Amino acid sequence: MAERTFRVWRGDKTGGKFVEYKINVEKGMVVLDVIHRIQAEKSSDLACRWNCKAGKCGSCAMEINGKPKLGCMTRMNTFKEDEVVTIQPVKTFPVIKDLVTDVSWNYEQNKRIAPFKPGPRGKDGNHRMYQRDVERVQEFRKCIECFLCQNVCHVLRDHNKKDKFVGPRFMIRLASLEMHPLDTGDRIEKIKNEYGSGYCNITKCCTEVCPEHIHITDNAIIPLKERVVDRFFDPLAIILHKIFGNKKT
Amino acid sequence: MDIKEIQTIDHDVLVVGAGGAGIRAAIECAQLGMNTGMISKSLLGKAHTVMAEGGAAAAMGNVDKRDNWKIHFRDTMRGGKFLNQWRMAQLHAQQAPDRVRELEEWGAVFDRTPDGLINQRNFGGHRYPRLAHVGDRTGLEIIRTLQDFCIHKGIATHMECTGLDLLLDDGRVAGMAAYWRETGRFVIFRTKAVIFATGGGGKAWQVTSNSWEYTGDGLGMAYRAGAELMDMEFTQFHPTGMIWPPSVKGALVTEGVRGEGGILLNNKGERFMFKYIPEKFAAETADTVEEAARWGRGDQNARRPPELLTRDVVARAIKKEVEEGRGSPHGGVFLDIASQRPADFIKRKLPSMYHQFIELAEVDITKEPMEVGPTLHYFMGGIRVDCDTQATSVPGLFACGECSGGMHGANRLGGNSLSDLLVFGRLAGIGASDYVKKVAQGKIDESQAKAIVRRATAFLNKEEGLNPFVVQEDLQKVMQQFVGLIRSGEELKKALAEIQRVKKDIEDVKAHASPQFNPGWNAAIDLNNLIVTAEAVATAALAREESRGGHTRIDFPGEREEGVTYNVILKKGPDGGMQLRKEPRKAPAKELADIAYAKIEDLEGKKADG
Repeated sequence: MAERTFRVWRGDKTGGKFVEYKINVEKGMVVLDVIHRIQAEKSSDLACRWNCKAGKCGSCAMEINGKPKLGCMTRMNTFKEDEVVTIQPVKTFPVIKDLVTDVSWNYEQNKRIAPFKPGPRGKDGNHRMYQRDVERVQEFRKCIECFLCQNVCHVLRDHNKKDKFVGPRFMIRLASLEMHPLDTGDRIEKIKNEYGSGYCNITKCCTEVCPEHIHITDNAIIPLKERVVDRFFDPLAIILHKIFGNKKT
Repeated sequence: MDIKEIQTIDHDVLVVGAGGAGIRAAIECAQLGMNTGMISKSLLGKAHTVMAEGGAAAAMGNVDKRDNWKIHFRDTMRGGKFLNQWRMAQLHAQQAPDRVRELEEWGAVFDRTPDGLINQRNFGGHRYPRLAHVGDRTGLEIIRTLQDFCIHKGIATHMECTGLDLLLDDGRVAGMAAYWRETGRFVIFRTKAVIFATGGGGKAWQVTSNSWEYTGDGLGMAYRAGAELMDMEFTQFHPTGMIWPPSVKGALVTEGVRGEGGILLNNKGERFMFKYIPEKFAAETADTVEEAARWGRGDQNARRPPELLTRDVVARAIKKEVEEGRGSPHGGVFLDIASQRPADFIKRKLPSMYHQFIELAEVDITKEPMEVGPTLHYFMGGIRVDCDTQATSVPGLFACGECSGGMHGANRLGGNSLSDLLVFGRLAGIGASDYVKKVAQGKIDESQAKAIVRRATAFLNKEEGLNPFVVQEDLQKVMQQFVGLIRSGEELKKALAEIQRVKKDIEDVKAHASPQFNPGWNAAIDLNNLIVTAEAVATAALAREESRGGHTRIDFPGEREEGVTYNVILKKGPDGGMQLRKEPRKAPAKELADIAYAKIEDLEGKKADG
């Protein structure tokens, strides 16, 4: 057991500051354990979201020494022994209190996306899909909605274009629908015009922070951009479109 | 405080809890045209359902055609030591396949069989591969599917809103008082019906797979409103929780590890489960390593390995091995899949387990065994409900999922929880909607609302007092020490005395600072429900003088014949104390008894005909 120093941002939407806590750290502890210890021993009103404490629910997203991470999956032995650990809320969403931010914008984006629309079942009453065909969709469905990708996306974080781009989380949601073997919906036009696929400039910051290691850029965003290009920028498709009108290509 | 200053929201039905059961219930209500609201302590999609790993049990027969609802029903009754509500076990087994297919219709992407159907895996107590799954993250798939579906159904989702108590009009539900966690402000929901889907109360123990939310809220609120609790003595200790490092003690290690071929070893390298096969299951369990290995290779004539016995049996066996000095370095046993399956298979089938152990324990499960031990995981008991409608004894109050009792009897089979919440979430939605059509909105009693608000704010309006987290930890120690996996009358009496002491301490709890997003204040309020939960479990456990399923008494070993003839029912008495009665069980319908006691061969291969 060793005493370690933590700087935790305390405040609300009107402002705040870093508060220093000295906490005894034991073997195996993660940053979320430190937060709980602060709550139990020093400051029971320190606000922080958490649920599963095993990297499965995505509630405890925060910025630890400037890096967006899950508090429950960040082990204390990944820091130097005398390193001061700074903990602050994610930057892209408005602070409610301490480490808790208002992520409701994300829930609003999901509502804008046309839901799954399956084709008819087979004669035996079953849908048939093969493992090799569902694997790429299953990768996207590993998403735990921690919104760390939304937090680091330049379009949302630095340029605050939340009215233009739904962000990486919902690009993979869209990819999971568009690539679903049973889905019959068509969201390509909206991906270009309403969800803002063109705003992503493929810096892959989202992929880097994903705790589920989803290849957000390579496997979801780039293929969706390609589908948009095929539909709207392919010369042959455009000529056909002019001749035959607004048919699915 | 003037009650008129409190925000009021009107719904036909309010669903309390947004895990799998709650969302499924809300979807049904909305589809039946109800003005439906749903509150949850956390954000949408974060409930404990995401932690469910193994799968949803449903006798679809996709992997082994011999399976059908009758065998699922028989397995469930045997696993529950015949204390389940027969009708619930029947409805569950019959309806689970449709509920799983419905999820696929709503976008769920389950793992597939080679011919393109939903794949099914083996699990403890299930005769055939029956669990529809997605690797080891089935719960996430299910809650996300329900979540993505429900947001287009016109349900008013009130996130980070915690229920305080029901509001009653002449004994029937008129609404519910709650508060917003963000602001600490109060809100009154004026509703004709309320559905509780609040989960269990694992947070009353130190070592648990449950998160902060699982404080028995539905149990406490229902009890205070006059509803009955049943089978509360049956608490499931999952045999395989993480035990090292201390900060993750209790975190779940899915039964899927054993379902996919993992074995249990003691510190002598002995596969000890062969020593613990109960007589009742001997005929259907492999008795040699050789036969178990054949089963592992897919030989349909081999019997199941003893690692896949029901959870109560495996948990007790692990405890015994540790007590007799054959445990692992940190006081558990070894769960080994590395020696049984190739690394790429393990990573593909159990990706989140691989991830969890590498990140949190620095153990590579494709190379070394895991250390595991029992962790409080699930409440078989809960609010007593009507088997078909999920109605409680309080008119207008319904309950489904883990907070309700009866479906699982004395012990739940793994995989029967995800299917339970789908089947009974839907039935609760239908039950509540039917009820709503017949009644007028009850009147909100201002004095009740005021008393509820006053009780919640009292924690803040004190000069000084006890730390809520310290009091919670105190209660957890009591339950861990005296109401654990193995119980005795003497210890249970001690626990009840300690619970009375903690109950007094709760009155002296002080929450610091303002009510805005204040975890200390939230924990103080939750103590009101946690203490009811703890008292209910200890009281029922003392009354049941036998060992059955998830309830083991060292002073009353083994099942007693009379044990299967009653359920323990708890209710708040006129003096405010907890009243207990042993209610005689009704005889089952003959056709159900015939199935439950049938020879397995007589049920196999006949596709469901009911």
